[in-house]
Amino acid sequence: MSTRTTTQTDAGAVTDRGPDGVPLLEVDDLHVEFHTRDGVATVLNGVNYHVGAGETLAVLGESGSGKSVTANTVMGILPVPPARITSGAVRYRGEELLTADDERRRELRGEHIAMIFQDALSALNPVFTVGFQIGEQLRTRRGMSRRDARARAVELLDMVGIPGAKQRVTSFPHEFSGGMRQRAMIAMSLALDPDVLIADEPTTALDVTVQAQIMDLLADIQREREMGMILITHDLGVVAEVADRIAVMYAGRIVEQGDVHQLFAKPCHPYTEALLASIPRLDSKGTQLQAISGLPPTLTRIPPGCPFHPRCPRARDECREIDPPLLALPGGRASACLFAEELAQS
Amino acid sequence: MTDPTTATSDKPVVATGAAASPATATAPTRTRSLSADAWYDLRRRPLFIVAATLIGTLLVLAAFPQLFTSVDPTVGDLSRARQGPSAEAWFGYDQLGRDVYARTIYGTRVSIVVGVLATTVVVLVGAVVGLVAGFAGGWVDSLLARIADVFFGVPFILGAIVVLSTFRLAVGQSVIGISALVIGTIGLLSWPITMRIMRSAAIAARNQDYVKAARALGASPLRIIRRHILPNTIAPVLVYATIALGAFIGAEATLSFLGVGLRDPVVSWGVMISEAQSYLRTSPHLLLFPGAFLVVTVLAFVLLGDAVRDAFDPKGR
Amino acid sequence: MGRYVLRRLLQLVPVFLGTTFLIYFMVWALPGDPLAGKCGDQACPPAFIEQLRAEYGLDQPLVVQYLSYLGGLLQGDFGENFRGQEVGTLIANTYSVTIKLALVALVIQAVIGLTAGVLTGLRPGGYLDNVVLTATLFLVAVPVFVTGYVLQAVLGLRLGLIPPTVPADPGFTDLIVPGYVLGSLSLAYVARLTRTSIAENSRADYVRTATAKGLTRRRVVGVHLTRNSAIPVITFLGADFGTLMGGAIVTEGIFNIRGIGGLVFESIQRLDGVVVTGVVVLLVMVYLLANLLVDVTYALLDPRIRLD
Repeated sequence: MSTRTTTQTDAGAVTDRGPDGVPLLEVDDLHVEFHTRDGVATVLNGVNYHVGAGETLAVLGESGSGKSVTANTVMGILPVPPARITSGAVRYRGEELLTADDERRRELRGEHIAMIFQDALSALNPVFTVGFQIGEQLRTRRGMSRRDARARAVELLDMVGIPGAKQRVTSFPHEFSGGMRQRAMIAMSLALDPDVLIADEPTTALDVTVQAQIMDLLADIQREREMGMILITHDLGVVAEVADRIAVMYAGRIVEQGDVHQLFAKPCHPYTEALLASIPRLDSKGTQLQAISGLPPTLTRIPPGCPFHPRCPRARDECREIDPPLLALPGGRASACLFAEELAQS
Repeated sequence: MTDPTTATSDKPVVATGAAASPATATAPTRTRSLSADAWYDLRRRPLFIVAATLIGTLLVLAAFPQLFTSVDPTVGDLSRARQGPSAEAWFGYDQLGRDVYARTIYGTRVSIVVGVLATTVVVLVGAVVGLVAGFAGGWVDSLLARIADVFFGVPFILGAIVVLSTFRLAVGQSVIGISALVIGTIGLLSWPITMRIMRSAAIAARNQDYVKAARALGASPLRIIRRHILPNTIAPVLVYATIALGAFIGAEATLSFLGVGLRDPVVSWGVMISEAQSYLRTSPHLLLFPGAFLVVTVLAFVLLGDAVRDAFDPKGR
Repeated sequence: MGRYVLRRLLQLVPVFLGTTFLIYFMVWALPGDPLAGKCGDQACPPAFIEQLRAEYGLDQPLVVQYLSYLGGLLQGDFGENFRGQEVGTLIANTYSVTIKLALVALVIQAVIGLTAGVLTGLRPGGYLDNVVLTATLFLVAVPVFVTGYVLQAVLGLRLGLIPPTVPADPGFTDLIVPGYVLGSLSLAYVARLTRTSIAENSRADYVRTATAKGLTRRRVVGVHLTRNSAIPVITFLGADFGTLMGGAIVTEGIFNIRGIGGLVFESIQRLDGVVVTGVVVLLVMVYLLANLLVDVTYALLDPRIRLD
């Protein structure tokens, strides 16, 4: 893998980029609409993030914040009639993806950018064996023989920690437990040695102990292969363990970005603050849990100004009118709040 | 939060200190229940509107044939036998000199009534048996399912012919008797279908958590069936019923065509088609008009059933 | 799997007994003189009737009659009808024709239905989709005998493309039009079922995963989508074949095909009880076995189904 150099960009952001200064995967001011029977929903309203080799970016947000839609746009698997990409760019190693032709995008899938999904039971084809599904990429895209592909599938299953891989390779997805199934899906995504792995809520459907195992597995794999990983989740606990940087999403845009430790120590956006405050802590027994009052905006009718202002405890008059841009802050952080600097200093 | 003590009273419970709606002023949203969604969807489908209009017209035809013709459908003048369509008789005359137009109009009532009653029988019997079987489970279920299998194993036309031939003499010439026999036969051979639909829906509903919760709260089986199981299982049965209605109207016509279903003095499209067989080459109008009405009617019901099923299908969004 | 089949076969027995007894009861015990057809239009002399009664065991209780009939069946003896014809031979001759007809109908409905269903399922809402949907509605709405008459009149009488009735020992090509008539309703179902199956599965998560793996569209559709969508369609076709083997009384009547449907219809008219019972018993057996076969096939196709 290329050597990593850290460089300071104009905005003061510290990023892991390749030798030519280009991040592995970059999403640039992406805007996506969905045309529903209730109107046009603005699902992505200017999303920016990037990830470099060997780093994990966690994309954090509630349901409906647009995290999966962004990932689907990167992979090119958005259902395009109801969805419409209105502006923005996605770049892989500097190459523009949204304007590339379908065949090129297909080439990139699996081979360079791979994705794993939340529910492995429905994401895997129920009528084919796990070995078949892992091996088919090797057979059709690398020209491997059936025997070699099967042997490699066994290796991959072994690598992700599935016991008795040789026998399990002929099992069907429904014959695995939840955690094992997720491991099988991870094995499948690694078959072609991708550079970037997008994990869309990989542990949400699993119970807590299994969650930890899967997250450890992902961390190990990423470290060994120096892959860039985008971890989409709504679970702050998961993020703290694994991520290098976090991008917090709300109502289709990034409201805060930065190094995970700094962000947890000192959030610079009221939404992030509220999220962190809502985590139940062992030492707060006996006190009331802090929830964020209100609901996220209806995407077909987003109010003017800052999208978070109706629920923000720090909202002031300006917030109702001005839609805050993503301001760069020292230390490679960014926040979309008019009072970000105040928060940073307090 | 609502005051739990008021839950037992019949007065509407007012939420004390109702939570203020979020500052984002959203427009009032429509009710989003499945049937509300379905109706909203149905109103907009052109095929549904066409089907509903057609059926409405047919129902008027069936209920008030006198509005459309003043001729007696059973009276025939042999001197006019098999005359083609003309100004006085739009559809011509049949082999006994009876007015084909009048017979077609009056036939509407019989054909639709037979279809509706047959469907009612099938739905009632099948739904009740299926509900009992699905809900009770155990040996009751096995027994009822076996009985249904026995009737299911009889090919429809074959079984119908056997039953109808056997009782043909017994019902003689009475209009009610003949009609009841046909309705009963169709019902007898088709109830296993609704039974199966209802049974599988009841089994699925029985395993739902809300039923277990109701049981845990001590609800009686009857209450559970009425309030929890029935609303959730009736939809597939009703969808089948709308389509079956069309099919049964066609089935009656087929049986009459074979000579074992309805016959004189009953007037139905199937009877007319059956009588028209021998004159196919010389007087095609005897087959054409009742045939056309039959096709249009069955089509209307099938369209209706189709539209209803699509509207109720939450996956079709 | 073997245990399951055995269990199903055992379960089949009471249903088989129930259905055949029901038919036997309806034919022999209900009002209507079973001997009416024997002597033509005249009544038979009493002595003759007595002799027949003894020969056919009609003076014994119904259950005994039924059991002795079953006994004969198990030895392959379907009995003789009132004209002295071997029922077994009658059935064998006519059933072969019906099987041919059923095969033709099955092939026609499978080929046309699957093609229409696949094309419209992959492109729902398109122009072809609306055409096919409307066409299937008509096929479902128009009763079989109307389709039969119309095709016979138009293709046979008017245009002379086919003979209006089918020759006595028909080959497969002679049966194409009757096969189409017979299969027209199921054709509509196959098309719609395939269409729905494909349309639904297109939105399934595993299709999204297959695309995300970078497989070609051809492979995603041809391998992943097809394999899953085929399951309900194949099971329907199998079940339908069982129904088709049950004889097509209406179609055979219109095209004058000497199949089992025609045989049983005639026999009912003539109140020839032995033939009717024999035919119905056979048809019920075929239908029950076909259902069993379909269930087994379903389990073979879908690994999630556990037969127990």
